[in-house]
Amino acid sequence: MQFALARGFHFLEVLQLLVSGISQGCVYGLIALGFVLIYKATEMVNFAQGDLMMLGAFFAYSYINIFELPFYLAFPATILTMAIIGALTERLLLRPMIGEPHFSVLMLTIGLGFILRAVAGAIWGNEPRSLSTPYAGGVIDLNGLIIGYENMVIILGTAALCLLLYLFFRFTRLGLAMQAASQNQLAAFYVGIPVKRVYSMVWAISASISAVAGILVAPVSLIDPLMGFVGIKAFAAAIVGGFGSLPGAIVGGLIIGIVEQFAGLYLPPGFSDVSAYVILLAMLLIRPQGIFASMQRKKV
Amino acid sequence: MSILELTNIETYYGPIMAIRGVSMSVREGEISVLLGANGAGKTTVLKTISGAMEPQKGKILFRGKEIQGIDPDKTARLGIAHVPEGREVFPFLSVQENLAMGAYSRNDNEVDADIDLVYDYFPILAGKRKLQAAFLSGGQQQMLAIGRALMLRPSLMLLDEPSLGLSPKLVAEIAEIIVRVNKEQNVTIFLVEQNAKMALDIGHYGYVMEVGRIVMEDSCEKLSQAADIQEFYLGVKDEGVRGRRRWKQRKTWR
Repeated sequence: MQFALARGFHFLEVLQLLVSGISQGCVYGLIALGFVLIYKATEMVNFAQGDLMMLGAFFAYSYINIFELPFYLAFPATILTMAIIGALTERLLLRPMIGEPHFSVLMLTIGLGFILRAVAGAIWGNEPRSLSTPYAGGVIDLNGLIIGYENMVIILGTAALCLLLYLFFRFTRLGLAMQAASQNQLAAFYVGIPVKRVYSMVWAISASISAVAGILVAPVSLIDPLMGFVGIKAFAAAIVGGFGSLPGAIVGGLIIGIVEQFAGLYLPPGFSDVSAYVILLAMLLIRPQGIFASMQRKKV
Repeated sequence: MSILELTNIETYYGPIMAIRGVSMSVREGEISVLLGANGAGKTTVLKTISGAMEPQKGKILFRGKEIQGIDPDKTARLGIAHVPEGREVFPFLSVQENLAMGAYSRNDNEVDADIDLVYDYFPILAGKRKLQAAFLSGGQQQMLAIGRALMLRPSLMLLDEPSLGLSPKLVAEIAEIIVRVNKEQNVTIFLVEQNAKMALDIGHYGYVMEVGRIVMEDSCEKLSQAADIQEFYLGVKDEGVRGRRRWKQRKTWR
C-alpha cells in the first residue's frame, strides 16, 4: 500500500505499463489459445504447450542465427517445422491414448514437457540465447510513450493471427469441420469427416501458434530450455478466460499480462510473479466458469 | 438384391454381449425396419454397421464388400449415412453449415443444389438457415439430421429412432418424408424404431429384436398382423371377460 501511495499514479506511466502489459499478455494469450484449441477439439489438456513455444523459439534461433536464413524465410520455416512436430505428437503419442483415462493423458503431456526441455537443453545448451530479428532495438516515441518495436510486433502479430484464425474457423471447410468435430465427435464421423486426421491438424495449428508466440517473445525475453514455464501462466489465462473459449484465451492472457505489469510496479517485489495465480484463484472463487463461459455443458 | 448383409454379428460393450449373433439383410430400394424394446440392441446394430462399434465376430457386406470394423467416416464415404438417435446436430453451426458439413466428403459442385433440395423437403429449415442448430426445436433438429444425412447422397440411410420424443403429428410428417426420400431419391432405408405402428406402416420388411437376438422376421404386412406383435408392440388386445383389459399378463409396456 505504501508503495502505491508513495509513487502516485502518473498518466504516462500507467499507459506505458498498459502497453507492456498488453504485449506480455498477448504472449500468454497465444499459448492459452493453443491450450484451448486442443482442449476444445480433443478434450485433452496439453501441458507441454509452453514447451512447444520454447521449441519453436529454438527452431527460429537455429534457422536465423545458425543457418543464417533471412527472417522472412525462417519465420514460415519455423511454423512449418512446429506444425509437423505437432501433428506427429498427436499421431504417435496422443492417438494411442484415445479411450484412456484423462489422467493418463495429462501425465503424458507433462512428461512430454520434461522430455522436450531435456532434449532442447541437450541440443542447444542451457545458457540463454538471443534471437536476432530485423526489428530489434528500435523504438517509437509517441509524445513520451515509448514502445519498442519488439512489443509492437508482438501486439500486431497477435492481432493478425487472431484475425487469421477467426477467418479460418468461420469460413473454410476444414475450419468448420474442426468446429463440427469438437461440437459433436460422433456426428462428425457420421457425416464423413475424418475426425482423427482433423485432430492431427488441430495439434499442428496449436503447435504453430506456439511457434509464433515463441518467435514473437524471443527478442524481449531470452531463449532457454526453461522459457516454456510461462505455459503455466498461460494455463491460468485460459482458465480466467473460460477454458474452451478462443476469445477468452486472449482476453485472459491480456488480463494477466496487464495485472502483472502493474503489480510489478505498484506492489512490493515478488507480487508480479504471483499475481497471475491470485487472479486465477479469485476467478475460480467468483466465477469458476471463466469470463467467457464455455457454451455448453458436457453431455453425459 | 440385398444392399446390406449381416452374418452372425456379435458386438460387445466391454464384457457385455449386446448383440448375440444377428443375421439380416436389407434389400436395395426398400425400407427395412428393426423393432424391439429398450435395450434390445437395435442401436448397437446400427453402430456396428456404420463402424462406430466393432463386431467381435461376423461379417457385414455392403454391396458385396466387407465393411465390418472400418471407421465411420469411411463407411460414410462408401454411401452409408447414419442418422443417430437423439438427432446429433452440430449445435453451434448454423443450419446451412450443418448441411454443408453433411457433404464434407463430396468434391462435386452440386452441393448447393442439394442444400436447396433439402430445403425443398423441409421448408421450415429454409427460413432458419442462418440460425444455430441448437436453437431449433426437437422436430426441426430431427429434420436437420435427416437433411444432413441426405447431403451425403447416400445409397443406404440408417435411421435410429427418428420419432423419439416427437408429437404424433411430427411423427407422421417424418414418416412421410422417409417414404418420399426412399422413393424419390432412391435411398434404401434401414429404420430402427420403437414406434412399431409407424415403422410397420411405412416399412416393407421387418425384423424384431429381443435381448440381442432376432426373434422374428417377415414382411411388414404380415408382422403387423402377427398376434405377438399386435400384443406387445402395437398394444392391440381383446378385452377380457369383465370388459376390462387384463394388464397383468402384458409382458412389456412397449
